[in-house]
Amino acid sequence: MSAATDMTRQAGGVHGSRPLVSIRGVSKQFANGTIAVRDVNLDLARGEFVSLLGPSGCGKSTLLRMISGLGEPSRGTIDWPTSIHDATGHAEPDLGFVFQEPTLMPWATTLKNVMLPLTLKGMDKREAEAKSAEMLGLVGLKGFEGSYPRELSGGMKMRVSIARALVTHPAILLMDEPFAALDEITRHRLNDDLLKLWWEQRFTAVFVTHSVFESVYLSQRIVVMAARPGRIMADLDVDAPHPRDDGFRTSAQYADLCRVASEALMKAMYG
Amino acid sequence: MSELTASHLTVPAGSPDSGTDAENRPIFVEEKRVLGIGVSTWPGIIAPLVIGVFALGFWEWIVAYREIPPYVLPGPWLIAKTLVNDWGTLSGSLWITLRITFAALIAAVTVGVALAIVFTQSKWLEMSLFPYAVILQVTPVVSIAPLIIIWVGDINLSLLICAWLVAFFPILSNTILGLNSADHNLVNLFQLYKASRWQTLRHLRLPAAMPYFLGGLKISGGLALIGAVVAEFVAGSGGNASGLAYRILESGYQLRIPRMFAALIMISMTGIAIFLLTSWISHIFLRKWHESAIKREN
Repeated sequence: MSAATDMTRQAGGVHGSRPLVSIRGVSKQFANGTIAVRDVNLDLARGEFVSLLGPSGCGKSTLLRMISGLGEPSRGTIDWPTSIHDATGHAEPDLGFVFQEPTLMPWATTLKNVMLPLTLKGMDKREAEAKSAEMLGLVGLKGFEGSYPRELSGGMKMRVSIARALVTHPAILLMDEPFAALDEITRHRLNDDLLKLWWEQRFTAVFVTHSVFESVYLSQRIVVMAARPGRIMADLDVDAPHPRDDGFRTSAQYADLCRVASEALMKAMYG
Repeated sequence: MSELTASHLTVPAGSPDSGTDAENRPIFVEEKRVLGIGVSTWPGIIAPLVIGVFALGFWEWIVAYREIPPYVLPGPWLIAKTLVNDWGTLSGSLWITLRITFAALIAAVTVGVALAIVFTQSKWLEMSLFPYAVILQVTPVVSIAPLIIIWVGDINLSLLICAWLVAFFPILSNTILGLNSADHNLVNLFQLYKASRWQTLRHLRLPAAMPYFLGGLKISGGLALIGAVVAEFVAGSGGNASGLAYRILESGYQLRIPRMFAALIMISMTGIAIFLLTSWISHIFLRKWHESAIKREN
């Protein structure tokens, strides 16, 4: 693992030189004066798995929301060089978003929840149902199409949320501490299944977390952030091959990588 | 996982996460039923019934024992006989009161929900119009009923307007609250998928408002009846209507107190029926998903 502080590097690189997302000089100041994010430069390559790692208040969620388009940067630009742009020059990125909570519609069945993005796009109901059922199968929830969210456990609800985000087969999946509220065993299982989905479907994954272990296990690359103001302190490559499994979790290599990432996080937090 | 746990939770074999988060999963236990009603529900039916029978018995006894004349206090038996004998007149009046009540309730639902949707789409409209809705609500209907009767002319329409005035506000305010209570993350999700206003309303805000609206409906159902009866009392003194309230006034003038009681009982029964009906509607809409309609064993 190499701790690179060159923040404008062209990351990944295996899929060509043009990044999927290009973040340049982005700052975000809230109305109350708080600077959530200051001067962030970051390129996200197509198909890579990136974690944004940092303590609470480091602006990692704010950065993720700005990438998704839910918040405008106060300064700087977030561009999607390879995406379709509308008449006003705004990129129309095709993305999926997973919130910290499952954020399901309690009045709708599992299948209807997963169908939502397709319904909103105006897709034919039959086709949308078939695609959603297939996606539910991929996240391991075959047979739960007619269940209501209240009938599912926390981990299962999160799976529905991931299925909903992936049902459009987006180019990028943005996840905001999706497994933070789950118990350790469920979280490990979801991490494994998420990696499997990513390996098969090859979307770009951006994963916000405050867990060193989770970020090392999942990602090819860890962006370490510090708080007050939120900024990028380190950009680490995780040199371990995919696909990864439980064997990796118990390997000496994993322990080493966690130590390096931990040190980088400590340095970012306390200097 | 042991077989015991698996069979108790009835989780399909091989499901992910089975065995974790079990405490978050609602566990349904089939309850014993007698005559189609759950065993735990029966005491709630029997206890008030016993009290009621005793009270009626005591009433009948005290009327006979103290020889209270029927124009002061008729016994329950006499009231029941009057209810049967005068059914022709009384049922006609009941029908008129019911028609006004339900027409008012339907109008309250239509106008209340429509206004709530308009208000949540435009803050300006809400700011400008909501105070007037409050004024309409806080003005006692008794005090404006005579004016409405004079202005409108048609007595049934006047009664309808009065009942509507009383009934529409709970639906308006509850539905506004409901439309604004959609989970903000879900609202963000709809933004991400570039959902139109109409899509957000149809797929998110209206379903989210449903429990609140139904709560308002339960209140408004009773209020529509009260509004109809009160307005009829006011109109009745003008001497033109023939709903249940008018029967009560008429019986008072003629000292036919048993009939007055019979009409009173019919109004109460109507109120109870409306409450049961709106509760049932609420249950039907919410039973699949809302916390209020879910039975849990803890």
